[in-house]
Amino acid sequence: MNNTRDDILHLAKLSSLQLTDAEISALQQDVTNIVGYISQLDELDTTGVEPTYQVFEMENVWRADEIKPQDATREQLLALAPDQAQNMIKVQKVL
Amino acid sequence: MKIADLHTSAVSLVKEALEKAKKYASHNIFISLNEDEALKKAAEIDQKIQNGEKVGRLAGVPYALKDNFLSKQGNTTAASKILSNLRSPIDSTTVAKLEAEGAIMIGRTNLDAFAHGSSTENSFFGPTHNAKDFERVAGGSSGGSAAAVALDIVPFATGTDTGGSIRQPASFNGVYGLKPTYGTISRYGVVAMASSTDVIGFFTQNPEDLDLLMSITSGQDEKDLTSLPDYYNETVVEAGAKKRIGVIKDFDNENVAPEIREGLKSQIEKLKADGHEIVELSMPVLKYALAVYYVVVPAEVASNLSRYDGIRYGYRSSEVHNIEEVFGLSRNDGFMPENKRRIMIGNFVLSSGFYDAYYLKAQKVRTLIIKAYAEAFEKCDYILTPVSPSPAFKLGEKVNDPVAMYLEDVMSVPINLAGLPSLAIPVNRDKDELPVGLQLIGPRRSDKNLLQFTKENFV
Repeated sequence: MNNTRDDILHLAKLSSLQLTDAEISALQQDVTNIVGYISQLDELDTTGVEPTYQVFEMENVWRADEIKPQDATREQLLALAPDQAQNMIKVQKVL
Repeated sequence: MKIADLHTSAVSLVKEALEKAKKYASHNIFISLNEDEALKKAAEIDQKIQNGEKVGRLAGVPYALKDNFLSKQGNTTAASKILSNLRSPIDSTTVAKLEAEGAIMIGRTNLDAFAHGSSTENSFFGPTHNAKDFERVAGGSSGGSAAAVALDIVPFATGTDTGGSIRQPASFNGVYGLKPTYGTISRYGVVAMASSTDVIGFFTQNPEDLDLLMSITSGQDEKDLTSLPDYYNETVVEAGAKKRIGVIKDFDNENVAPEIREGLKSQIEKLKADGHEIVELSMPVLKYALAVYYVVVPAEVASNLSRYDGIRYGYRSSEVHNIEEVFGLSRNDGFMPENKRRIMIGNFVLSSGFYDAYYLKAQKVRTLIIKAYAEAFEKCDYILTPVSPSPAFKLGEKVNDPVAMYLEDVMSVPINLAGLPSLAIPVNRDKDELPVGLQLIGPRRSDKNLLQFTKENFV
């Protein structure tokens, strides 16, 4: 399967990546090669086989919904943001 | 270097480690050194010892931390631009447990950014050089940690292994590297790559030190709900046991370097002579493990790396005008090309129209791989295979060919897909004096006896 420029742009949108033109061309080739490689899975018959998502087949692990002491304070976490003011994280306009 | 043999003061141990780290600066092993805090901690430990206070099992032992573990000391970069200035307010559980025993972190080691890679060439901070041959790669993704132990800078270093990231660099640099059973060590505070296969493990120069580190770090953690109750310290040690060793005939082919096939053969002869039984295994489904891995892991990578948005922490592009550019430009500037490839492939296999054909299909083949190992472990106790098809390759040799780089992982990824423990053991050198490693694989939760068997039969 060959990936078109539009296929790559669609994936880039899903990935929140604003790629450069050079990156788009390079990824067209790379994605085609990698998808070509993983397509060998078609050779195997998996009729009736259940998928594995977690090796210990662990399901939901529950705990009580209690507030416990945390390792970091609100101030420490806010200080990590690239831009913040008045106890809030600042971002560019959304609409 | 063996932890039990370190008898001088903490300050002199830490000073010596820092001096060696600087001596090998051109290998680009460390992203940052933790000089001031390490020396301060060492002085505190020496004071405690002088006062007759109780100190831990790793009191004053210097170690190197792969730079995808959060620690309050220094920045945690994951070798990426997007996290290059992240100073964590928390410690990962592993760091907290090691330091509660008195271990002292002397620096943060280099890796492929976000642990995506098999050579440590995909680092924002440049590649790490192999400990034994400067022209060659250190392997990856934990290349810095492997080289730090191989060059005797520290007696141990931490690593993470999603598809071979501990075992392959251990093998390329000639040290021991353990990838424990999935869930053995808490992953709280470690930068996530692929949650269904990521594990934490260690590099050392001997199996005894791995045993000590495992006994300290194993166990359940309420902050990582996938962590298992401690089985490691409950394991009954099988001393002097004669075992059935499986050898996978599908891996004995011309794609594997002759030196590695020879290394495996001579170990098999030695094990046979020592009274162990050799069992030949046929596991044709393993041929598909790499394809499964390069579906499942990018899918999980795409999901785990969606948190890097330029908003809450990490790098934000200064060129942005709206929220879409905050995401799109910050991520595009902040990730390395291999990170982007994996995110794109992950979103491809998860996207509408391709999910069943790739993602679901791969998870079904994963079930077949797990079943093949379960059947193999009915016939044998451990499996011995190469770690990778060839010894360390030249820097730059595979960097422009992603599929060739992925093929490096062909023998290491099946173990992660099945959640098994595997120990990389340095066995010999090839004609160019490059280290050759083998891996000893066991059923889930056999980690302690894998180390025991190695102490008795490989050292």
